[in-house]
Amino acid sequence: MVASFLFAIMLYSLPLPQLLEAGRPEWIALVLVYWAVALPDRVGVGVAWSTGLLMDVLLGSLLGKNALAMALLVFLAHRLYQRLRMFPALQQAFIIFILIGLDLLLLHWIDRLTGPAPRTMHFLIPAATSAFLWPAVYFVLHTVRLRFRAAG
Amino acid sequence: MPADGANASASHYNVRQTGLGAVPIKTLFKQDSYEFRRFFLLAIVSAGLMFADARVPQMALVRSALAVAVMPFHLVANAPVRTVRWFDDVFSTRGELTEENARLNSRVLVLEGKVQKLVSLEAENIRLRELLNASAALDETVLIAEVVAVDPDPFTHRVIINRGAAHGVFMGQPVLDAKGLMGQVVQIDPYMSRVLLVTDASHAIPVQVGRNGLRAVAVGTSRTQRLELVHVPDTADIKVGDTLFSSGMGLRFPPGYPVAVVHSIKHDPGRPFARVEATTSAELDRSRYVLLVFTEERPQVAAGRPGADHAPVPPAEVSGGDGGSETR
Repeated sequence: MVASFLFAIMLYSLPLPQLLEAGRPEWIALVLVYWAVALPDRVGVGVAWSTGLLMDVLLGSLLGKNALAMALLVFLAHRLYQRLRMFPALQQAFIIFILIGLDLLLLHWIDRLTGPAPRTMHFLIPAATSAFLWPAVYFVLHTVRLRFRAAG
Repeated sequence: MPADGANASASHYNVRQTGLGAVPIKTLFKQDSYEFRRFFLLAIVSAGLMFADARVPQMALVRSALAVAVMPFHLVANAPVRTVRWFDDVFSTRGELTEENARLNSRVLVLEGKVQKLVSLEAENIRLRELLNASAALDETVLIAEVVAVDPDPFTHRVIINRGAAHGVFMGQPVLDAKGLMGQVVQIDPYMSRVLLVTDASHAIPVQVGRNGLRAVAVGTSRTQRLELVHVPDTADIKVGDTLFSSGMGLRFPPGYPVAVVHSIKHDPGRPFARVEATTSAELDRSRYVLLVFTEERPQVAAGRPGADHAPVPPAEVSGGDGGSETR
């Protein structure tokens, strides 16, 4: 589980070509939501908050910004997790789109409050790309989790 | 797939009990009633943290300590990028290397030729300044740093460089690349620091048109390589293609470095000011090596590092350069 977070942070900070930069998927949020839905008793709001704080320190953003957003994300995911598990992949992706959209909106609000931020809706693009990648993330993490448990 | 996931998790609850002996039977459809309370608490803590981080200067110390604590994490996270670069360096062929060597040699020749002229011009400039009773221009030394990471958020233009407090980097230090001004240092950790680029939406830099000395303020637009000049009157003498130099007005950036080239000017009768956009001279999204400028006498430039010294002006008499040294 820790490895998957590390990998997500690695993916997140990977340089992307200019064209794709605006649509950088929120890898860390995706991984966090997966674990929150799969193991709700282990990955809670506290873990999410700590992960967000780690992100803040690593990215040099306002301390507590990502922490708050991640805690909200997992809190909402926990409200929905029983339903989310039953949904077909497409519907899951749609819910993920809304969750991550909310997460990005919160981040954007904080940015607007604390300093000048561009007035565009482009900040929502990652929500779409993340939703698009959700089935793949789900599949990979699910296989990894099952195999890992089978191994002990 | 989802139904499978539900089954797997359900069975998982039975298996997991061995992990923590004390945990009693887990209900399948548990809703943690304390979760909202916990979330609320954490939200308040985050709000407090954010407020402190934005307003309390002492937080810089806490940040710097935290940054050191997560340093290994940073190294691991950036490992793939550095491995690719390393492969790039190691597996370049001999032909490529000799070619690059030849290219660099010819470039050094050209630059040295230019520097010869610069020395004479600088000497002349100093004498003219003395005639005018103006303060002497300061000597500048530089330290070379490498860009090791880029901020993943497309709306904040920041990079991380591999020089920090241990190398004498200070807050607000100007950063250049080979073509022009890039930005300034905004956060310092012991072995790395963050540089805010001039194109960030929160950045502004006082500039001067090279052709006629017209002053303006160039503000970042959070678009790549693009700056906007604010409060330029419709009647101001500014043209497309004008080079903008740092004016040194804000006492943060040294004067005379190229910042941007005017790219487009729009006169909108409905607006009080002209809309002037400029393209940065520095290759903000491509430069791998950057220069940190030390304006005062600072001996921190570590020995053995390829930090080039601008040669002090020799006292020798110089033949007057080809007229009009006052270009600005």
